[in-house]
Amino acid sequence: MVLQHIADGVLSGAVVALGAIGLSFTMKILRFANFSHSELLTWGAYFGLVFLGFTTAFGEFFGGNIGPFSFGWPLLAALVLSAVATSVLALVLHALVFEKLGRGAGHMTMVFASFGIALLLRHLVVLIWGPNPIYYSNELQFAILLPGNVRVLPDQVFLLGLTIVLVVCLHLFMKHSRTGIAMRGVSENPDLAGLSGVNVNNVVRWVWVIGASLAAVAGVLYGLTVQLRPELGFGLILPLFAAAILGGAGSLYGAVIGGLVVGLSENLSVMIIPTSYKPAVPFLLILIILYFRPDGLFGERR
Amino acid sequence: MSKQPVLEATGIVAGYSPDLPILHGINLHVDEGEIVTIIGPNGAGKSTFVKAIAGLVTVSAGNILFNRSDITHINSHQLAKSGVGFVPQTGNVFTTLTIHENLVLGGVTLPAKKANQRIEEIYQMYPVLRERQFEKAAVLSGGQRQILAVARALLTAPKLMLLDEPTAGLSPMAATELFNVVRNLVADGASVLMVEQNARAALRISDRGYVFAEGQNRAQGTAAGLLEDNDIKQIFLGVRKKPDDNSENN
Repeated sequence: MVLQHIADGVLSGAVVALGAIGLSFTMKILRFANFSHSELLTWGAYFGLVFLGFTTAFGEFFGGNIGPFSFGWPLLAALVLSAVATSVLALVLHALVFEKLGRGAGHMTMVFASFGIALLLRHLVVLIWGPNPIYYSNELQFAILLPGNVRVLPDQVFLLGLTIVLVVCLHLFMKHSRTGIAMRGVSENPDLAGLSGVNVNNVVRWVWVIGASLAAVAGVLYGLTVQLRPELGFGLILPLFAAAILGGAGSLYGAVIGGLVVGLSENLSVMIIPTSYKPAVPFLLILIILYFRPDGLFGERR
Repeated sequence: MSKQPVLEATGIVAGYSPDLPILHGINLHVDEGEIVTIIGPNGAGKSTFVKAIAGLVTVSAGNILFNRSDITHINSHQLAKSGVGFVPQTGNVFTTLTIHENLVLGGVTLPAKKANQRIEEIYQMYPVLRERQFEKAAVLSGGQRQILAVARALLTAPKLMLLDEPTAGLSPMAATELFNVVRNLVADGASVLMVEQNARAALRISDRGYVFAEGQNRAQGTAAGLLEDNDIKQIFLGVRKKPDDNSENN
């Protein structure tokens, strides 16, 4: 039983981690808490649905399902296209709202603007796709039995594997590419980065693209393993913030560890408290982290 | 043949808020191959002036020419690309990055191959940086941080280097080493505009100097002339006249 909860916690933590990476980068580099970030997961998931419709039209070209999974190459192509579309959406929001406000507005103005955008984005989803849950696939999947009597779906294994691959790729990008190093430089000292020749505005755009792409992937994977609904992102907002704060703003590894801790604590908590209290666990985690370690596990001490 | 001006600042009015200017019409120029030092009391606007050149403080009047091009309202990253290096007084290295990564950021405007070549040249000039290239800049001493900051600014081989109090907080030995680095910059073809509290030592390696007070030019001249000027000596260089004779002590 405990092992099953751990497996479920790791799997839900992987989605939270992907979403929290972008949120964590935004908090550190753009220096405000972006409450609209979770809506990018929702939009990523619904963009995936739209592109899946297109790519499925070329189903014969792409072939059938891949191995034991409930999806084939059309969904993977839709995943990539969804990341691109969500990045464009994030860049548009940045150009229309956050960039303009950032020139003179205070942090609270940015936070409230992000609240407004979150509401707008969520209700646009309802307007376009309706309030009812939607599934990418109606195929039934059989769980794989792992040692310890742990059952996981093949799609969940894919989710975890893709998360690991993306985190490793992002680590290599941040560590070895000039853009990645520039992002870390801007996150520490934007003025000095500019004086060194780094185009800070371009770096900020990269932050949006990376954050939005990962949010889109998280949204599609969530939609794949659970379902699509307009409140998909809204339901994840507390876990995302808990993971980003736990890990420390701006820390890639912090966001990943934070996501896993949030996922595990949520799923393990149901062993001792009623399931209806599960959504409160991330909130409790935020309180504990802010009390004992306000800069998070991997955040720099101020 | 007279030297060409590299930097010409005319009538600069600037401050952190447009309603509250700190600089009130500063004029200054730096010629090719010169070391020019700005001295003055605290609050004179010395650092604000170099920050205004670097685009970190808004200039509300006047203009700044670099190699005859107007850079008054240029972005700081464009300034670096155009050939101006700036080493701020504090927070001048990325402490969370390694020494090598700090240098990579200095060469971000160059093509990758050229940047790697320049980093190799920097390592030859400052072997201590090569030895510690994989360490975080946070572990460096104050003097080593200044050298790293100058080295990072040198990556693009700037024509003009702006140094804001480069010896602040350094030991006398580290300060001497830093001034040697400044001399070498000029030997390599750059011009230097430096703000220094260590006024006498800075003027000794400079060609010319400016004295700022209350955001205005108060005096200017050759460095040797400023060092010999009795008023400047008394007010800004900490030299007092003995009451019983005309000799001076340091």
